[in-house]
Amino acid sequence: MFRKIEEKSLLSRVISNKIIIPILLLPVWFLLYHYLQNITDWIVFDLIGMDKTMHLTGAVSFFIFEVPKVLMLLTLIVFAVGIVRSYFSPERTRKILGGKKLFVGNVLASFLGIVTPFCSCSAIPLFLGFVESGVPLGVTFSFLIAAPMINEVAVVLLFGLFGWKTALLYMSTGLLIAMISGFIIGKLKLEKYVEEWVFNVKVGDNGLEDEKLTFSDRVSMGYDAIKEIVGKVWIYVVLGIAVGAGIHGYVPENFMAGLMGKSSWWSVPIAVILGVPMYSNAAGIIPIVQSLLEKGASLGTVLAFMMSVIGLSLPEAIILKKVLKIQLIIVFVGVVAVGIIIVGYLFNFIY
Amino acid sequence: MKIKVLGTGCSKCISLERKLNELVKEHNIDVEIEKVSQLEEIMKYGIMMTPGLVINEKLVSFGSVPKDKQILKWIEEAK
Repeated sequence: MFRKIEEKSLLSRVISNKIIIPILLLPVWFLLYHYLQNITDWIVFDLIGMDKTMHLTGAVSFFIFEVPKVLMLLTLIVFAVGIVRSYFSPERTRKILGGKKLFVGNVLASFLGIVTPFCSCSAIPLFLGFVESGVPLGVTFSFLIAAPMINEVAVVLLFGLFGWKTALLYMSTGLLIAMISGFIIGKLKLEKYVEEWVFNVKVGDNGLEDEKLTFSDRVSMGYDAIKEIVGKVWIYVVLGIAVGAGIHGYVPENFMAGLMGKSSWWSVPIAVILGVPMYSNAAGIIPIVQSLLEKGASLGTVLAFMMSVIGLSLPEAIILKKVLKIQLIIVFVGVVAVGIIIVGYLFNFIY
Repeated sequence: MKIKVLGTGCSKCISLERKLNELVKEHNIDVEIEKVSQLEEIMKYGIMMTPGLVINEKLVSFGSVPKDKQILKWIEEAK
């Protein structure tokens, strides 16, 4: 009797709406995405009947095209990442990283930083849990640098607004910075600059077994991720693209060339310094920066600015103050900032 | 019965605490809800993601805001 009920619930779970709906929506998504430019043109020129030569037309059509495009990409990727992340947990990552040597540990930690569920508000419990279970300090830092810097929202926005090359560049150089910065911090033997109490904390056993999740549960986690992330950032995306559209339509060509162009050597460090306090608005800042790039800013400067906005945040540094002495925070911020500046110069030099 | 919400003040921690208060009121459950924000205390429960939910000293979830139904079930089981 019991078995039968179990079978039935299993069957209904497998073919639940949760899985069928996204499968049905996927082709609709691709069709819409594919014809978005045509739909935009139709709305702007046929429906509203705007004049091609006007500044306003450029701005309006930019906005009508980019907002749905970025939000559609964001929804799809956040959903997929939500499912992927359900296979990873900080506990599992900690087990993998425990006792790993420098370098190998740094490489692993940086990659795991991308896929492990992470929220900067949990940075401290995570730091304590890692250090307590014997993950080396430098390896822990690789994780803490990669996790916020290479997040799905940033990568989607870069992909949607700049193209896959820039998104890939951002991801790979971000990973390199996380690996190398963590490696350097590990080599410097800075354990003495971790607050003493950290080493005396007793991390208990949470007593929960690894949950056995069905695929349907994982799909639910994908939906939760959409609700949580897209629900939070969509407004910044819309506002950012609105400002970007204004710049796109009204700011003259080459306006930014002097300020954020290649020729001015100081543009990269300034971009990094400006980026640090701007953390919470990364989703809104990327579209603005994209428009600036079109007006003559250089790619290296723009990348450096973005990495600084997303990867180096003032609130996170303040949170870390609870577990780290100020010397270690300065080294951490300094090493990452230098890494970002090198990336900035490198790309200004290449392109 | 005693319920603890473990969290240092992240947005999910706040929403879990609010949800608990509403649920308890709505279903007339006799519990004491305590917010734990001391890090040493939180780490005793061995979690690396906040918020944590502890019912009668037993950790039931962490890192997310569980659904109403699930929370009520845990409370029922702990009675």
